Amino acid sequence: MKVAYWPGCVSRGFTPELHGSMAKVAPLLDLELIELDRAACCGAGVIAEHNQELADTLNARTFALAQQTDGALMMNICSTCQGAQSECQQRLDANTEYRRQINENLADESLTYEKGLTNLNLLWLLVEEIGLDTLRSKVTRPLTDLKVGPFYGCYIVRPASRLGVDEEHPRDRYMHMVIEALGGTVIDYAGVYKCCGFPIITMNMDASLKMAGRHVGDAIDADADCLVVPCPLCHLNLDLQQPLAAKQVGRELGLPILHLPQLLGLALGLEPKELGMSKHVVKPTSVIDWSASVVAGATA
Amino acid sequence: MPQYLLKLRRYDPRSGEAAYWDEHRVDLGGRSSVLDAILKVRDEVDGSVGIRCSCQQAICGSCGVRMNGRPGLACNTHLEEAAARDFGVGWNPSEEGDEVPAGVIEVEPMGNMPVIRDLIVDMDAVHWKKIQRVSPYLINQQPVPEREYIVPHENMVDITQSMACIQCGACVSDCLSMEIDPGFIGPAALAKAYRFVGDPRDAEHHERLEDLSEDEHGIYDCTHCFNCIDACPKGVDPMSQIMRLRRRAGTDEKIVDRNNGHRHEDTIATLVRDYGLLHEAEMLPRSYGGNSWFGKFHPAAGQVLLRSLPSIVPAVLRRKVNIKIAVFGHKIPKPDLDAVKKLYAKIEGREQRVELNLYVSGFEDEPEAPPAETHGTGAPQDDGPATSPHELEAASESESS
Repeated sequence: MKVAYWPGCVSRGFTPELHGSMAKVAPLLDLELIELDRAACCGAGVIAEHNQELADTLNARTFALAQQTDGALMMNICSTCQGAQSECQQRLDANTEYRRQINENLADESLTYEKGLTNLNLLWLLVEEIGLDTLRSKVTRPLTDLKVGPFYGCYIVRPASRLGVDEEHPRDRYMHMVIEALGGTVIDYAGVYKCCGFPIITMNMDASLKMAGRHVGDAIDADADCLVVPCPLCHLNLDLQQPLAAKQVGRELGLPILHLPQLLGLALGLEPKELGMSKHVVKPTSVIDWSASVVAGATA
Repeated sequence: MPQYLLKLRRYDPRSGEAAYWDEHRVDLGGRSSVLDAILKVRDEVDGSVGIRCSCQQAICGSCGVRMNGRPGLACNTHLEEAAARDFGVGWNPSEEGDEVPAGVIEVEPMGNMPVIRDLIVDMDAVHWKKIQRVSPYLINQQPVPEREYIVPHENMVDITQSMACIQCGACVSDCLSMEIDPGFIGPAALAKAYRFVGDPRDAEHHERLEDLSEDEHGIYDCTHCFNCIDACPKGVDPMSQIMRLRRRAGTDEKIVDRNNGHRHEDTIATLVRDYGLLHEAEMLPRSYGGNSWFGKFHPAAGQVLLRSLPSIVPAVLRRKVNIKIAVFGHKIPKPDLDAVKKLYAKIEGREQRVELNLYVSGFEDEPEAPPAETHGTGAPQDDGPATSPHELEAASESESS
């Protein structure tokens, strides 16, 4: 399947292991990625806060670039991009006159956004386009005995109506379903649908780190080996900032945080190092130990 | 008649006993409300169940509770809807062969507020205090106009959204900022604040905005979790009102607050203009020290970078953060960056901002294909209020009054 691929900013900046692991995993999932390297930042909701027309224009430009490719749809690997882009797309698709005005801004580049783009986060694409049965059939190293806590964050599940979370598309259970399809054990803990705190890291650092620290601590108490996140910004607060979060909540943490493509890669037979896990601030020791024990078990 | 298992969280702080689940089987149709079931238990089984309720028509806002982990009004939530909820922590999926085929419904008191008894929370201690905090009344211009004050239609429709609030506290219950930082003014009160900031008759827009920006628990303490939007039974969209307050404060009134809120917003907008992508390494120092390359030399930026060393050092050592990208950032190709800069110049140069408020305009377009065949990112059809044709004229209204 060929998709117009929007990696976002952070996957190419402070979480390079996300972009890298996606590139490694894509061929194993029969995904051909057409990277939208001309597109600009989605604005993360903050540019929309600053100037709505600007955010809607930047994202309409990205959508138009995606529609110029021969990809079947647009795919992203960042919940924040998904949420911010869905918000802009909701406005663009809801009103012809407004869409015309925004498209007028793009006229200099001869770009036009046409209503009705399908923009799916990798998680949604896995379940809705690739399918869990196909995914299961591709697993070469089931995540047996690996206890994985899903961390959905906010932008990919709320508001439910805008993000198309409904009975037919229970997108708020997809991470549970994918972990199970990969052979792992789902750990339920208090923070599954909570906020990582990243959006207020510059405005209220104490509260932000407390959020991250509390969720990681809850997952440790629930006996998780690692958390998996569909969003690089969650990864920044939960992994990069984990040493600070630990200080903030006054307890030791040290829980590995995986990006979704990294978890997929493990089950599809790739090694932790290939998936960039050595770049994490929190060493994913439990995951590497698990991986080593599986390899040892297979050769024994 | 389907049978539901109603699990009520019972707790009396004066008893010295721990909270417990009180289970009752109720025979009621799936279209009966959760409140119907609670009242049935109270009337027929145990008169001591504590629940606050009055109108039973989603008007008085008394019966806010959490049902299977989600906040809402017990009176306008059907039993079948509550039982089917598969969102959030606290969900009990009913499986084939379950003893209670229609499902289990856990009813708990709302969060973020102290429990008085069972399902009754102390709204005075939290919710009403926050509402009082935002001066929830119109401050007239002086001298008071002698004749009626004509408010433009689109302004009126705009603030009608926050006026629709029935003060039930459902958004307060699940506010994730308030959960961590109880001082946060919170979604209900800030939506109420927008009701006056968005009202052209109010005389103290600037003062209100300055107050709410400078307060460390004010508009910049919201973490964008969207819980309040999903919690609200009246479609108030509290978070959207908070974002409007930020836009008014930062972009219109140019209020530079002590919480880095405006600098943070300005920094992201500027970095995307100059690089096309976010230059992450500049975000923290500029938000603290000022929105320019020199921001990092400001003492406030130095302080936060020092505090962040336990994260920065391993990130650099493990090559998570590429030094070149940290220093120079990453950019989109030059012709594209030039195009982005032109878009900025055009849009930010407008005298009046172009905005689409879906609450005012509604969802104009009908879907071209049946919803079942489209993917989830299209505009939902059942969201937002019904729109009368003349409201469409206000589609591109500016919120500036």
